[in-house]
Amino acid sequence: MSSQNTHIDWILVLIYLLLVTVGWLAIYTADYSEQHPEIYYMGRNYGKQLLWIGVSLCLGFCIQILDTRFYTAFAYIIYGVALLALIMVFIFGSTISGSKSWIKFGFFNMQPAEAAKFATCLVLAKYIGSFNTNFYTLRERFIAIALILIPMVLIRLQEETGSALVFGALSFVLYREGILPGSVLLIGVLAIMLFLASLMMPVQYAMLGVMMVLLLVILLRGRAKLPQKLVIYLTVTVLTITTAPLLDEIVLMVILPILALIFILISIYLQRSTYALIALFFACFIYVKGVDYIYNNVLQRHQQNRIGVLLGTIEDKRGVGYNVNQSKIAIGSGGLYGKGYLDGTQNKGNFVPELSTDFIFCTIGEEFGFVGSAALIGLFVLLMLRIISVAERQNSRFTRIYAYGVVCIILFHFIINIGMTIGLMPVIGIPLPYISYGGSGLINFSILLFILIKLDSERYMYLR
Amino acid sequence: MEPVNNKQIILQLVVLLAAAMLLARLYAMQIVDTTYKTLAKDNVVREITIYPSRGLIFDRKGNLIVNNLAVYDLMVIPRQVENLDTTKFCALLSITQEEFNRNAERMKNAAGYTIYKPQVFIKQVPAHIYDRMQEYLYQFQGFYTQIRTVRQYNCNNAAHILGYIGEVNQKQIDTSNFYRMGDYVGISGVEKSYEEELRGERGIRYVIVDVHNREVGRYKDGEEDIEASAGQDLRLTIDMELQAFAESIMQNKRGSIVAIEPETGEILALVTAPSYNPNLLTGPNRAAGMRMLLADSLKPMFNRALMAYYPPGSTFKPLMGLVAMQETGIGANYYYGCNGAYRLGRRTVGCHYHASCFNIQAAIQHSCNAYFCHLFKLFVENYKFNNVSQGLYKWKEYLMEFGLGRTDYLDLPALTGFVPDGNKYDKMYGKNRWKAVSIISLGIGQGELGVTPLQMAHSTAVIANKGTFVYPHVVRPNPQNPNSKYNKKHKVSINPKHFNAIIEGMEQVVLYGTGKSAYMPGLNICGKTGTAQNPHGEDHSLFIAFAPKDNPKIAVAVMVENGGQGKKYAAPIASLVIEKYLNDSIAPYRKYLLERMTNANLLSQRPKTISYASNGEDDDDDNIMTTILMPYTTPTTPTLTVPEPLSTKTTEQISVQPGNTPSAPLPIQIKTPSPPPALKPQPINPPPDNN
Repeated sequence: MSSQNTHIDWILVLIYLLLVTVGWLAIYTADYSEQHPEIYYMGRNYGKQLLWIGVSLCLGFCIQILDTRFYTAFAYIIYGVALLALIMVFIFGSTISGSKSWIKFGFFNMQPAEAAKFATCLVLAKYIGSFNTNFYTLRERFIAIALILIPMVLIRLQEETGSALVFGALSFVLYREGILPGSVLLIGVLAIMLFLASLMMPVQYAMLGVMMVLLLVILLRGRAKLPQKLVIYLTVTVLTITTAPLLDEIVLMVILPILALIFILISIYLQRSTYALIALFFACFIYVKGVDYIYNNVLQRHQQNRIGVLLGTIEDKRGVGYNVNQSKIAIGSGGLYGKGYLDGTQNKGNFVPELSTDFIFCTIGEEFGFVGSAALIGLFVLLMLRIISVAERQNSRFTRIYAYGVVCIILFHFIINIGMTIGLMPVIGIPLPYISYGGSGLINFSILLFILIKLDSERYMYLR
Repeated sequence: MEPVNNKQIILQLVVLLAAAMLLARLYAMQIVDTTYKTLAKDNVVREITIYPSRGLIFDRKGNLIVNNLAVYDLMVIPRQVENLDTTKFCALLSITQEEFNRNAERMKNAAGYTIYKPQVFIKQVPAHIYDRMQEYLYQFQGFYTQIRTVRQYNCNNAAHILGYIGEVNQKQIDTSNFYRMGDYVGISGVEKSYEEELRGERGIRYVIVDVHNREVGRYKDGEEDIEASAGQDLRLTIDMELQAFAESIMQNKRGSIVAIEPETGEILALVTAPSYNPNLLTGPNRAAGMRMLLADSLKPMFNRALMAYYPPGSTFKPLMGLVAMQETGIGANYYYGCNGAYRLGRRTVGCHYHASCFNIQAAIQHSCNAYFCHLFKLFVENYKFNNVSQGLYKWKEYLMEFGLGRTDYLDLPALTGFVPDGNKYDKMYGKNRWKAVSIISLGIGQGELGVTPLQMAHSTAVIANKGTFVYPHVVRPNPQNPNSKYNKKHKVSINPKHFNAIIEGMEQVVLYGTGKSAYMPGLNICGKTGTAQNPHGEDHSLFIAFAPKDNPKIAVAVMVENGGQGKKYAAPIASLVIEKYLNDSIAPYRKYLLERMTNANLLSQRPKTISYASNGEDDDDDNIMTTILMPYTTPTTPTLTVPEPLSTKTTEQISVQPGNTPSAPLPIQIKTPSPPPALKPQPINPPPDNN
């Protein structure tokens, strides 16, 4: 690499350095020990984190030295290695805090799920970037989706639901590149909303809501034969909602699809949208009922609890809700300016479990208050907006897709991690990038970013 | 470059919206909602109470009587205990293995036991064991000592005045917002009545604890800590030398001595016998001491000086004379012929033979029953009053001025005594079915009248001071405090000129009359004997006195249960107490008297000696709720001969209204079955106190 051809984005580097420093200091206060006040003491998390920061910086430097073509050429191989590592976990993996997702290398535990993140970003960039148009065949679309789904499923099988969900965020990249139509994404979002609604309230109320929304659609779609439409629609829907509780669940699950099918056929035959809406209503009914069933019978107890605590259907400050409650107390007690560095009473008292990893945000919320929290959130927003603008200035499709992948992953971690510490999101154990303690996490997030910086630094050189 | 900017904007919007959502939530949590701050404080801040040291108590002369002694509670944090060598540990503490196990068991079963919190392993380790233990305690991880204070008494006397302390009970915790579980509170004596002064103010230290309740530091560097302030010291008015002297005289007797300085109302000595050593009720053996005292058949916990009701008998006559002179207008030279008895209608109150009473001095000197019965009748049936009830009410008003029938003025927990009024007799006889004659024995201090020794002493002090008085008290008030009721002088509504004759009479009692045994040259004692009949054996011996006659320095009431006539024990004892106080020592030629009084043993119940004045009739003219206090029943002395069955007891009065203090033994009430009394006219059997 020659100096006149490389244009390293120093803003990104600066934000990165700021974030890891904040993280290191946060871990120092989270894991503070009277016996070892030296911030570089290797026996505690803060000393180790310093080591990982050093390792990450070295790796970052190495990444800058390597030729960019390495990443494009080896994208599939890296992806393959990552998948292999994920499979190896099932054979050699060791269980740490409830999930079998770690591989031990002597003193260093590696989590392949972390490495799979940047590998998947690379392979998506490589695969989608290889097309020169925005028109894809169905097969191409499916392959792109499969590239995301394979690691997702493998990670889900390791009981790492949080990390698996991260890959879902990459669907935005597919949308950005035109592989997934926007309507699919919208339906996905609506499905999630209906999912939550079905968990938070009885089935009847959820369906009543659906009925109202569809009624609105009918009313908005013109006045032709409105009374007739309303009579048909209301009779069917009201009848269904009132009779549903009387029927056995299994019977219901047989009858509903049949009814849905019948109404779809009628709507196709008569070319009437009213019947299509009724069919949609039945589909929603099946969905809501199915979610209810899955929540009660398929999900494991701790997953139910986490969702239940978040939705407020389970009130339990001693048991499952303990983490969130203590975390909220710690952050809420910070006030405007916080209690001062190293003076957080909740942090020092070890009231919040997993303080230096998943709940690291508590230390910032408590000791630096709203101002500090806002500053950190601002730093993250700056990072992500910067990456988006970096993505948009690329000539290379590869780099742009990769950059979008990076943003999506960081954004997902950011929302979920901070959201769970303040009770907005369910507690799914994913770290806060660059802040949380953990060698595996920090190194992989660093690689993720440094590859982007490397790719961006040569934006004028190649047109890939 | 591809024209897909709207999608870029969507992602940017999502980023900004997510950040805004998080910030909004953080704003609501950290700035708007303040409950998290209190929750956080509840989480980590613990209050540690710092106990103030209780106020000290000094006597009249400034000697320290009650102080605080440091003892050590051996505490343990179970979680920190490792490899405990129990044999060594037990040897160090001088306890057996069983005791060790018992303590461990008790600790584990206590409420609020957790292995993280300090628990009391052994309470109140004595100092000598503590000294030894301190050196080796480092070998036993998790154990440490915590200082506490207990009361230490530097004397063996005045137990009932000082009282004792104990842990608060649930009721006190509920009704007061000061006390908390485990606090010490005064239970009797000045410890109780001056509790608010003595207890001081607790301090609070705030510390930060971690999730396991371990202390990790000070909260705000101790800014909000509150210093404990020690309790106020008390200066008693009790002269401990006199108190000890009086207590030693009263050994092996039941009764009490109360001495008051008339000018100031200060109580110099307040003796009740039998008493106990206050050190029994402090320290680690408090429970054992308490059990022992409560089991004692002599009831040493019962404070006779303040809680036992006695009929004042003839000691009441000076008071009766005073109120009669004030109310009926008779002069000091009023003559009433005594024909050996007071006869009214079909009733007779016997008297003994003595010279005619040409004035009230002589009546007091001779303790003439007829004279004072007559005065009582003159009083209550005075034309001023519409009926006897009204007269009796007026009579009661006067007595209340002298402190009878109430104790609100005293700074110790005491019973009120009983002064009857019309209601009592309305209930007894029926409305308007009684007259002066029915209640004539009140005039000579018998009947339903119930007076505590303290009240006797107080009324004597009032007489000695010719009507002006300060309420009696055992703790010196702050002289600068104008609100203190003990800094104010009061006056009874008796014309001061009436006192002279009465005091003259009381002087003659000691010089020539019934109280000659109290005579001591140079002291100028004025007194009055009394003999209170009772159904439990020998009469109670009573004597009230003050000295010197002019400018009196001390007023005394002595009460010796079952002591016989007033002159027999009470009068000499009173004179000894007065001599001790005024001369500071007992004259050599009176040592024999002191010895005789000290050595007399009146605890054994003795048969009543048949008095010459008693005509042997067992007529009980009042249907009486005869109330007998437990102390008299002596259940553990079955060998004693009880001379007469209870139902045939001879006298009218007896002790007491039901006491309502929790610490006093419950009275047993025996209703003597008798026909409606008013229908059966009978002569009153006069009290034999006329010598």
